[in-house]
Amino acid sequence: MSTAPIYGLMAEFDTPAALVAAAKRVYAAGYRKIDTFSPFPVEEAWEAIGHRDRRMSFIVLMGGLVGGLGGYGLEYWVHTMAYPINVAGKPLNSWPQFIPVTFEMTILIAALSAVIGMIVLNGLPMPYHPVFNVPRFEHASRDKFFLLIESNDPKFDRQRTLEFLKGLDASEINEVAP
Amino acid sequence: MNTHALSDTADIARLQQRGLIIGAGGLVVGAIGALLQPDQLLPSWLIGFTFCLGLSMGCLTLLMMQHMSGGQWGLVGRRVFEAGSRLLPYCVVLFLPIALFLPKLYLWARPEAVRADEILQHKEPYLNVWFFLIRAVVYFVIWLFCAMNLNRWSAAQDRGEVGVTEADTRRFRVISAPGLLAYVITMSLAAVDWLMSLDPHWYSTIFGFIIVAGQALCALSFAVAVLAILAESTPMSAVLRAGHFHDLGKLMLAFVMLWAYFSFSQFLIIWAGNLPEEIPFYLVRLRNGWQYVSLLIVVGHFFLPFFLLLSRDLKRRPRLLARVAWFIVAVRLVDLIWLIAPEFSHEGSFPISLANVAIPVGLAGVWLFLFAGQLRRHALVPVNDPYFKEMLAHGQHAGH
Repeated sequence: MSTAPIYGLMAEFDTPAALVAAAKRVYAAGYRKIDTFSPFPVEEAWEAIGHRDRRMSFIVLMGGLVGGLGGYGLEYWVHTMAYPINVAGKPLNSWPQFIPVTFEMTILIAALSAVIGMIVLNGLPMPYHPVFNVPRFEHASRDKFFLLIESNDPKFDRQRTLEFLKGLDASEINEVAP
Repeated sequence: MNTHALSDTADIARLQQRGLIIGAGGLVVGAIGALLQPDQLLPSWLIGFTFCLGLSMGCLTLLMMQHMSGGQWGLVGRRVFEAGSRLLPYCVVLFLPIALFLPKLYLWARPEAVRADEILQHKEPYLNVWFFLIRAVVYFVIWLFCAMNLNRWSAAQDRGEVGVTEADTRRFRVISAPGLLAYVITMSLAAVDWLMSLDPHWYSTIFGFIIVAGQALCALSFAVAVLAILAESTPMSAVLRAGHFHDLGKLMLAFVMLWAYFSFSQFLIIWAGNLPEEIPFYLVRLRNGWQYVSLLIVVGHFFLPFFLLLSRDLKRRPRLLARVAWFIVAVRLVDLIWLIAPEFSHEGSFPISLANVAIPVGLAGVWLFLFAGQLRRHALVPVNDPYFKEMLAHGQHAGH
């Protein structure tokens, strides 16, 4: 084994259940700088590694509120201030007519916030990431499940962490070059 | 596995007992209410019939939907949907008094009223007693055909006779795909026949969809509430996970929004058009105390469940989610009372009579009693379904 610095240790699993079980034990062992990778969302894994990140929910909620208020505000401004035209004797601020635009704007801005928020919080675009140095990592988007412990975790010890991961039913363990 | 040991839990017995108490209590109070206001008996019966039909038909739709879509939410909910769909014959029985006393409920069924009204004469080729009854028979035959076959095969699947391979589960989809299409068409027509024609001058083209969305929402909420009870003990405690309730909660949110979308569309179009033959529907429901019921529905049928169901934590906690689900079931009944009772309310009197509430609650209680009885007859999980086996094999972490 070389002594060059590494980014972390990556364990590979065959099933989502094995990944979740391993993630729980890694978290219980005190590791915090951990991440999981899977071909499809595995919510239990996300919970098992202690993620309580609610920033996305907040961003999308704010986007929805801004979109809704903006949509209604636009209609209100157009119909009562910019072009106050009497249509069928209805009041200028005819709120039922404004609901479709309000609704659509809520969805639109919330969805855009979700996409943009996801890109920004993920730090994308990111041209380089060490995990791709593991050749088998391409299976993360196909049929395998991966768990990564970063080397800057306070509990990380190259040898002991490797031994620990070996006890977790991993089908393969790789060092991740930085 | 011994299927009987799987299904006979004390929780279902308690549910059955509650159904009996609610049913008996509701019908006794309803009988008193009907004695005080005899003319409210049939309208109240129609409300009760529509509510029970919504539960059964909603269950049948969700059953067909989960056969088509797959997914774990459908596998864990299947036996609840099946038990609900097996109560369609009960709904047929509830329909009989309506069929026998059509002139008491529907203006177009009274010859003297038709003679005095030119519009009703134009509508007579469609809105007449015999064609109405023939259509009702056709609807029920189609629905019973879907429900009986799906249940029959499901029972055979439990015995290991059919549908044990993935290829053989195709038979469920062969019924479900045309069944879903037929459901939307026949239920829309039935909603026009049985509910919209209470005011034969009024029409709304989206009315059928509002009823369809309401039925799916009501049955799904009921199923979630039942699953939350079943999740407390074996065998379902070993199967049900927070993720299942999360998925079901998301589906509930979608149906809440769908119902609100259709309902608001109807209101917006009628409000914008402002036509004299369309607006009476809302004018009646914005006066004489009905405006408070309307407000209750806007808040209780949309805003409250919508904002509650946005919460991820709530959806993952079965007991909390079940409370929201029971609330939605209750507010569905309020919505049906709001839909039907104003057509029969006297000017100036308090709009909702005792019978309007008690009789539907009583009939729904009997439905619940019968439902629990049906739920006990089969295993609570489709043990021989190849997809269910796959779900257990994957340790249920796949989620999709």
